[in-house]
Amino acid sequence: MTSAATAAVLDAERAAGSGAALELRGLRRTFGATTALDGLDLTVEPGELVALLGPSGCGKTTALRVLAGFERPDSGAVLVDGEDITRVPAHRRDTGMVFQSYSLFPNLDARGNVAFGLRMRKVASAERRARAEELLALVGLPDHGTHYPHQLSGGQQQRVALARALAVRPRLLLLDEPLSALDAKVRLTLREEIRRLQLELGITTVFVTHDQEEALSMADRVAVMRGGRLEQCAAPAELYARPATAFVAEFVGAMNRIPGHVGGSGEVEVLGTRLPVEGPHTDAGEVDVLIRPEGLEVAADDGGTARVVGTTFLGATTRLSIRLADGTAVKADMATHAAAELPSGTLVTVAPHARPVLVDRRAAT
Amino acid sequence: MAGLNPTVCAAAPARQRPRLWRGAVLLVAGLYFLVPLVASAVFTVDIPNEGLTLDAYTHIFSADGFTSSLLLSIGLGVATIVVVLALMVPAEIAVRLSAPRLRPVLEVVCSLPLVVPSVALVAGIGTVLKWGPDHLSRTPLYRTFVAIQDPGFPVVLVLAYVVMALPFVHRALDSGLRSIDLRTLVEAARNLGASWPHVLLRVVLPNLKSALLGASFLTLALVLGEFTVAQLLGFQPFAVWIVQASGSNAQLSVAVSLLSLLLTWALLLALAALGGRGAKNRTPATAVSTAAAADKE
Repeated sequence: MTSAATAAVLDAERAAGSGAALELRGLRRTFGATTALDGLDLTVEPGELVALLGPSGCGKTTALRVLAGFERPDSGAVLVDGEDITRVPAHRRDTGMVFQSYSLFPNLDARGNVAFGLRMRKVASAERRARAEELLALVGLPDHGTHYPHQLSGGQQQRVALARALAVRPRLLLLDEPLSALDAKVRLTLREEIRRLQLELGITTVFVTHDQEEALSMADRVAVMRGGRLEQCAAPAELYARPATAFVAEFVGAMNRIPGHVGGSGEVEVLGTRLPVEGPHTDAGEVDVLIRPEGLEVAADDGGTARVVGTTFLGATTRLSIRLADGTAVKADMATHAAAELPSGTLVTVAPHARPVLVDRRAAT
Repeated sequence: MAGLNPTVCAAAPARQRPRLWRGAVLLVAGLYFLVPLVASAVFTVDIPNEGLTLDAYTHIFSADGFTSSLLLSIGLGVATIVVVLALMVPAEIAVRLSAPRLRPVLEVVCSLPLVVPSVALVAGIGTVLKWGPDHLSRTPLYRTFVAIQDPGFPVVLVLAYVVMALPFVHRALDSGLRSIDLRTLVEAARNLGASWPHVLLRVVLPNLKSALLGASFLTLALVLGEFTVAQLLGFQPFAVWIVQASGSNAQLSVAVSLLSLLLTWALLLALAALGGRGAKNRTPATAVSTAAAADKE
């Protein structure tokens, strides 16, 4: 498709108005004995992409379904541009949703699928058709208008689903793990493409995923959920560097738990080093100190008490598996050339970088 | 697809035997089905001492009661299809969407007619119908009782047939709904702005086309061939007429039976063609195969 035509479409989209502001206030929803949402608060700025990230059962999908109007919250409110839409039925919400998979209407071809929402809005047939072609070109499938879903690959189906969701110019774009059913390569390209389109259209987007890499690479901000509540919502780099809680720290990226001892004055002693403690747990006593694999310094030392027990080649870096004197297993990342001098069995000393660290209650072993 | 055929990979000598077996099985099955048909056909055209004649067939249309009984049966069939689908389609969808735990209940309820013999069903209906004159003669309901037993169009038969068709309709719709992701499709349509009637008409029903056709065909076949209930309640649709006609003219009734068999086949083929065209790559076979399985009715 010519880029000029696509650019014109995009200009028109942007002119139609940028994204809406979204606010979730104290959303609560229980299913029988399980609490899916336990007072969820979240604000999404216009044009922002926020990823809801969390383990299965953390309530992220329920949150999205409440947003789309498929579930009623027991209490709380959903506000779009300040307007309370909590009681608005799903078909009047003006949201575009992309589902995990198999959501295209099998009886309609790609163009029919994309035009479906316009048809429901009583748009004239010629206009529907033109708009559908436009959107199919936008998602890179200009020649697939007459293909039926079963004639499209999984990635193409999700592109059509995206075009279908965008065709009605929704105020919000909702993505429910749209990439999880695709194979790794397609997932990567489609991930980039969704992000590119989202930025170009400036549409406010909520993206549900359990894949932290997906969340960190695509989102403006990542909202980590746990037990129906928001654990932390921050930009990816901040989330990684300064996790607010032990849960976030361990859920996002790899993390070591190393026994330590909190003394007075907000310092913790770990691996023979005293480090300032960040975050809430500063009561004196035995704790686990949370340190990322790249936050450990490893040096060969014949008198060392730790031993390298395995190495995993990751490309530029190599991850060492190390057993400390007290039996604790930790992982440390090193540049691959440096790691080459520390084969399995080497005695080493391990020391943390001098940075503030998070501590957590000692895990039961 | 041809490349996936396992026999292609088989060694050459082994190919001969399956073919032989296939031929033998086909032959035996063919004989089993064809001999009675051919015998019936011969019986209708070969009158002893008179030679070949097509009298039995030419007399069909002028036979007393043929047209009226056939039309009555078709009318009953269409009415039954309308009622049973209007009842079952929303029920199946609702159970799947909002009360999946009730699915076994629906399954059992819909299977009950299979284990209740028609005779028992009629005995029950007959008993209820007798209440009319006995208990209801002073109430407006009495008129309803009379109206549903109108021999011109006995609604009571439609009601009975709806019950009898439940197992087949349930099976057909169930397999149809199983082949689509109903919840996701419904939610996708809702999300795109479709009201519930639109969801049903534009999304659910088109994707259930072959299941709906299958259910309709099974119901029609059931009604066209149903004898017990109609006979015992004293009405005269097609099947009852055939039996009565055989008393006076055996050849005529066998000729009619053969014709109705051909009619059924024609319907089956039409259904297969329609289903195949609508749902090319999906499961066009399901409706037809369930239809064929229950065709013995």
